[in-house]
Amino acid sequence: MAAVASKCRVCKEPAVIDLPRHNANFCAEHFLELCRRQVVKAIEKFDMLSKDDRILVAVSGGKDSLAVWDLLIDLGYQADGLYIGLGIGEYSDVSGEYAKNFAAARGLHLITIDLRSEYGYDIPTAAKATRRVPCSACGTSKRHLFDKAALDGGYTVLVTGHNLDDEAAVLFGNTLRWDVEYLSRQLPVLPARNGFPKKVKPLVRLTEREMAAWCVVRGIDYLVDECPMAVGNKHLAYKAALNAIETESPGSKAAFYLNVLDNMAPLLSGRSLAAGEELGACTECGSPTTSDLCAFCRTAQKARAHDPVPVELVLSKGRRRR
Amino acid sequence: MKVLLRNPRREIDIEGKYSVNSLLAHLDLPRESHLVIRNGTLVPGDAALAPDDTVEIRPVISGGC
Repeated sequence: MAAVASKCRVCKEPAVIDLPRHNANFCAEHFLELCRRQVVKAIEKFDMLSKDDRILVAVSGGKDSLAVWDLLIDLGYQADGLYIGLGIGEYSDVSGEYAKNFAAARGLHLITIDLRSEYGYDIPTAAKATRRVPCSACGTSKRHLFDKAALDGGYTVLVTGHNLDDEAAVLFGNTLRWDVEYLSRQLPVLPARNGFPKKVKPLVRLTEREMAAWCVVRGIDYLVDECPMAVGNKHLAYKAALNAIETESPGSKAAFYLNVLDNMAPLLSGRSLAAGEELGACTECGSPTTSDLCAFCRTAQKARAHDPVPVELVLSKGRRRR
Repeated sequence: MKVLLRNPRREIDIEGKYSVNSLLAHLDLPRESHLVIRNGTLVPGDAALAPDDTVEIRPVISGGC
């Protein structure tokens, strides 16, 4: 048996993880405690949730969404899950199994929606029909269905598993473009408004590595493989750049994102044009929109009019472009 | 030691003495975007790896947004 050199900062027992941004190592028990504290801190600081809330967690079968659902239940919140089958070939089939197995093993309620059977299209077809990158069609579809499920189900808050790396990468992209509109809206809490549910991100103080470690330590089986349609997207490039900086200067990602919330968000408050927009109702589904048809119905309409596209066709084209 | 890599999933044999950090450096994998699981248990960067260990190097980066 190989020797383990590093010890937990708290109890001096053998460590399971080193966290350079905290300049410390932790055993399993105290690592979990650290994660709980960071989530509680985010929830309290940004007034995300109360124990009376009816919470719906958007679940993909990946580490972040299963971790945030697990953390909320662990912290005493009542939370149901929502899984959307996106029709991304075998990847979607497998991810759905992870989400269902997680819920079943813990006696939790999981709502499932299948894009192809319930809405007549899937993400590869939508990407091809709209001639946009798959992540764009995917985001439009998921956001609409998350909002609809939360409102239809009487949930007071929609939770997503966006973590510190996700938010820092989005911030990096918005900053590269100095996109003030997006910068002013990139907050860990979006209040309910104009027919949209309240949305919160309790993992914004925790990194991807920490969330994967939470799952490993807690014995949560999640889909490790990357979405095949996300390969080569800009978001991954931004994450790689930020991780290169983080390696040289631990704590940089947290400072980059969390200091924006403290120092820049107050300056940008009220600059969002979208927040003051007058919204009408989509003529197809009734959702709030600035045009006759909402983005979801426009995507769905184009995708339904297109012959189904197998995921392999979209992948091979994407790889050729790279 | 046997080393399981992901995306795509594959297994390789590596000979020699390594710590977690030196194994990641040898494979040119960033520490910040990977976890190392030895014989089913998470281990920190300075943990020494033995020739009979089975090691999984698990990427932690997701591309969805």
